[in-house]
Amino acid sequence: MTDATANGKPQMLTTADGKPLKEALNRAQARARRKAFLLVLPLLAFILITFVTPIAQMLHQSVYNEGFVMHEDIGSGERTPIMTNIKTWFDENPAGTEPNEEAFAALHKDFLLLRELRAPGQAGTRVNYERGGSRSMFTKTARRAERMEAPYMEAFLDVDEEWTDPELWRVMRDASSAYTFNFYLAALDRTKNVDGEIVNVDENRQIYVKLFARTLFLSVLITFLTFLLGYPIAHLLATLPLRYSNLLMIFVLLPFWTSLLVRTTSWMVLLQSQGVVNDALVGMGLLGDDNRLQMMYNQIGTVVAMTHILLPFMVLPLYSVMRPINPSYVRAARSLGATSWTAFRRIYFPQTVPGIGAGALLVFILAVGYYITPALVGGADGQLISNLIAFHMQNSLNWSLAAALAALLLAGILILYWLYDRLIGIDNLKLG
Amino acid sequence: MADVNRDDAFVVFDRVQKSYDGETLVVKDLNLSMPRGEFLTMLGPSGSGKTTCLMMLAGFETATHGEILLGGKPINNIPPHKRGIGMVFQNYALFPHMTVAENLSFPLEVRGIDKSTREGKIKRALDMVQMGQFGNRRPAQLSGGQQQRIALARALVFEPELVLMDEPLGALDKQLREHMQFEITRLAHELGITTVYVTHDQTEALTMSDRVAVFDDGRIQQLAAPDTLYEEPQNSFVAQFIGENNTLEGVITAIKGDLCEVKLDSGEIIDAKPVNVSEVGQRTRVSIRPERVEMNRSRLQAGAHTLKAEVLEFIYMGDIFRTRLRVAGNEDFVVKTRNAPDQVRTEPGQQIEIGWLPQDCRALDA
Amino acid sequence: MKLKTALMATALAGVGFAAQAQEVTVMSWGGAYTKSQVEAYHKPFTAETGIKVNSVDADNPATPIKAQVEAGNVSIDVADVEFSDAVRLCDEGLLETIDVSMLPAAPDGTPATEDFIEGALQDCAVANIVWSTVMAYNSENVDGTPTSIADFFDTEKFPGKRGLRKSAKATLEMALMADGVPAGEVYDVLETDEGIDRAFAKLDTIKDDIVWWEAGAQPPQLLADGEVVMSTAYNGRIFNAAVGEDQPLEIVWDGQILDFDLFVVPKGAPNKDAAMKFIAFSTDTQRLADQASWISYGPARKSSGDLVGLYSDGKTEMAPHMPTAAKNLENALVNNFEFWVDMDAELNERFNAWLAQ
Repeated sequence: MTDATANGKPQMLTTADGKPLKEALNRAQARARRKAFLLVLPLLAFILITFVTPIAQMLHQSVYNEGFVMHEDIGSGERTPIMTNIKTWFDENPAGTEPNEEAFAALHKDFLLLRELRAPGQAGTRVNYERGGSRSMFTKTARRAERMEAPYMEAFLDVDEEWTDPELWRVMRDASSAYTFNFYLAALDRTKNVDGEIVNVDENRQIYVKLFARTLFLSVLITFLTFLLGYPIAHLLATLPLRYSNLLMIFVLLPFWTSLLVRTTSWMVLLQSQGVVNDALVGMGLLGDDNRLQMMYNQIGTVVAMTHILLPFMVLPLYSVMRPINPSYVRAARSLGATSWTAFRRIYFPQTVPGIGAGALLVFILAVGYYITPALVGGADGQLISNLIAFHMQNSLNWSLAAALAALLLAGILILYWLYDRLIGIDNLKLG
Repeated sequence: MADVNRDDAFVVFDRVQKSYDGETLVVKDLNLSMPRGEFLTMLGPSGSGKTTCLMMLAGFETATHGEILLGGKPINNIPPHKRGIGMVFQNYALFPHMTVAENLSFPLEVRGIDKSTREGKIKRALDMVQMGQFGNRRPAQLSGGQQQRIALARALVFEPELVLMDEPLGALDKQLREHMQFEITRLAHELGITTVYVTHDQTEALTMSDRVAVFDDGRIQQLAAPDTLYEEPQNSFVAQFIGENNTLEGVITAIKGDLCEVKLDSGEIIDAKPVNVSEVGQRTRVSIRPERVEMNRSRLQAGAHTLKAEVLEFIYMGDIFRTRLRVAGNEDFVVKTRNAPDQVRTEPGQQIEIGWLPQDCRALDA
Repeated sequence: MKLKTALMATALAGVGFAAQAQEVTVMSWGGAYTKSQVEAYHKPFTAETGIKVNSVDADNPATPIKAQVEAGNVSIDVADVEFSDAVRLCDEGLLETIDVSMLPAAPDGTPATEDFIEGALQDCAVANIVWSTVMAYNSENVDGTPTSIADFFDTEKFPGKRGLRKSAKATLEMALMADGVPAGEVYDVLETDEGIDRAFAKLDTIKDDIVWWEAGAQPPQLLADGEVVMSTAYNGRIFNAAVGEDQPLEIVWDGQILDFDLFVVPKGAPNKDAAMKFIAFSTDTQRLADQASWISYGPARKSSGDLVGLYSDGKTEMAPHMPTAAKNLENALVNNFEFWVDMDAELNERFNAWLAQ
């Protein structure tokens, strides 16, 4: 090494028979590398198919909705562009242009096609996402499209007076391009007004920002509670002789081996107003029978159940960090004049920070995306953003909005991860 | 307790006992007093109770019975951080999340010493162990020897009157260890610190200490200066444990003044100095140091008595020769002779005669 | 696109049965309702045709349909859905059209198109029952006797928790009726922004006392456990708990909201022919009447009415327990499916925002 660079510029090293050393080394290692690659290939493929691709699809779906531009026949899979005439009109006229007869004529042609394809519901649904009440206008209009005659503007207004609503035309213009950021706007309680400016949605429709904030708050709270409860347990586990700590560890891990649903429903049995905890309190006379505590179907239920369920994720990294800490550190600190509290604060605690970081990150990320537990015990105000994502996936079927919400959640977690890396350093992460 | 009385002693163990399980005693009736400025080593095999004694002194273990006094005051109920004792641990126990300077600063900070004074003390302490330029490193970036120096500096930086060291050199290689032995003793004497040093390495104990307490089975077997310990072991455990030792077993047949007559199991009769034997008929283990045995007849002094021996092995070690012999049935009888022009070099199988002075031959308990 | 929907759908639809010949998979609402269908439809259907019927349950069978159809991985042949969902799914092209001419005529020869109640036959759906959302209470836990929907919202007169379905549909209508809007005007009021505000304002008055339910089997349980003193519920579930299981549950018919449940066939159903056969068989006059002897839902055919007899316990007369009984219809609301097809997304959004406040 020093020889090769002795005269200031690196010389090419060669093997005994004159081949460049690097090349020879590469060749010697290539076989091993190939084998190693083949070994990880199944995992790589698995991750690509089950993790990377769905996330990419989700991100795509959050900015792409072709409900208003493309019809796909479910039986044959045949794809037919729809709303092409009105799209042309939108392209030729700037935003804000009042719809004229030409526009309605184009719309009429598109509606004939919609009728033929049985697609008015699909196109209407896309518009309905941003302007409630539009869906039935589409289905209603499509039913009568064949009987319509020029002038079309009047014919449309005959069907529904709302057809000249500028809001409707703004939404249709946006929807006529499959790519849109409107779902992200919706996910942040924003919308566009008639002039295309971004404004807050009506106050009593604002929900997502509030839910994001609540999710964040509850997740931080749950993370903190798991830390508060988990730290002493982990310390006890780490200092007990192995045979006792193994037994105790089984108790910590027990929740891991129990189905999530079982754990959640057992909390329901405990917390409900006719449940074990309330019965016990009433039985002991601490509580009147009439003012039983409401500990379920609200945030208390969500926090209690999730703290319990996520506790092992905090205890395990803490334990793995605490176990190897030599007791002589604290002894050294004590002999150097520190009180036991100072020794803990300045010497023991800092050494467990990587475990706290790992546990907190793990618990927080899991909590942010938690779904079943808040759905079961959360009631109305214990719901998290994931419950709304599920709602849009399963009930409202607005997958683009669900994807946008999920993407925001993902972005939030990535930012947090980045912050963690900047502040504590991801190399310090110790998961066990 | 022999040579220091309790009043002017700095550290005193007074009939101290320690049990962990309530069934067996790890430390049995320990009595020890140390004057100010002494370097005392607790030496013994593992499990002999020496580390427990150190931990009781440091305050990490409590004595089950008895009193420990420091500067005349009982410290049984004083928590470790108020004892003002510096301590160096076997694994150094340098705080891994702090730099070297922060490690040294820690004992000063908890004592509420202001920043500028701290910095001066830290610098002096680091210079003292020749680590002045390493203040900003982390412990993990230092070699074992360097960490050892820092651990030492940290134990000394708050100027304690008593420093405890728990096998501090155990993890170092031989050369470094020898160097550090010298450093530690130099520092201890220069600073006039009272030091209690725990080790199981007898060379370390002999070279560093003012006095050595040899521990076995929860008791101090002998407490003496290194030369006394080596030359005048009080019992056969100390004789065996300190230095190399040849033993011959037999029975006391007569006691005459400061010598006694021992009939070895192989039949020969030799003279020896009775140490902890008192009556005729008692079994004894006679101890002779390998370097006190002479193989060259012409060098034998008057009054020496001789025995026949067969050479089993001859090892040339440069400065000395090491010869293993069969003497009176003992096949592990070792003789060390200085490499001198007139010294004999033997061959295995050779029959020779060896001899020693009866005063060098100590009759101890069997 | 196919891959994407397939991936998203695997997360959504857990159920996936391999399609086999001579079987049909029917998805319904679970509990007593599914049981009534198994007894009245599935068993006789299998006995007559030899086609095996797999019964699957969901909180709302309309939910998995879109995911399954778009993923091209349809495992359900027949689903039992609410009116507005049937229309909406049909509009989106997610359902097979059903040829009503295949439906059998009434015993007296009246063609099916005339025998079914008005609105019961749609392009893609055939109604089987008329059911209603009613308020119910546990007579052991409530002090006094609630008699009107207004009592449901009166927590001073009747203190205690209230159970409500976590959905805008029916909840908003009930709030308006409790606020004094006559059944006939509910949708006119609800079409205006002021009307919506009024409904939410009424809900606000009991918001802290509401326990939300999602599955139809929950309200009888919540009432029986004493977790709530009153709850909205599907009338048949309360009937079965009260009559079948002797629970002290009572129905208040005032302000009930009538709706159809309809059979639909998802597009691309693996056993489409068997599914059609199943629908034709199950919605004939006798089958619909039979179902009414297992749960108190009204048959969707006029000709079945006369055949409804006793409950399966052999002694309870079913007629007075039907939501369509004249006495029960005094202040009843018929669910306006067109309103909900259109406003479901919009109002649920507002509803969710209100919940989260």
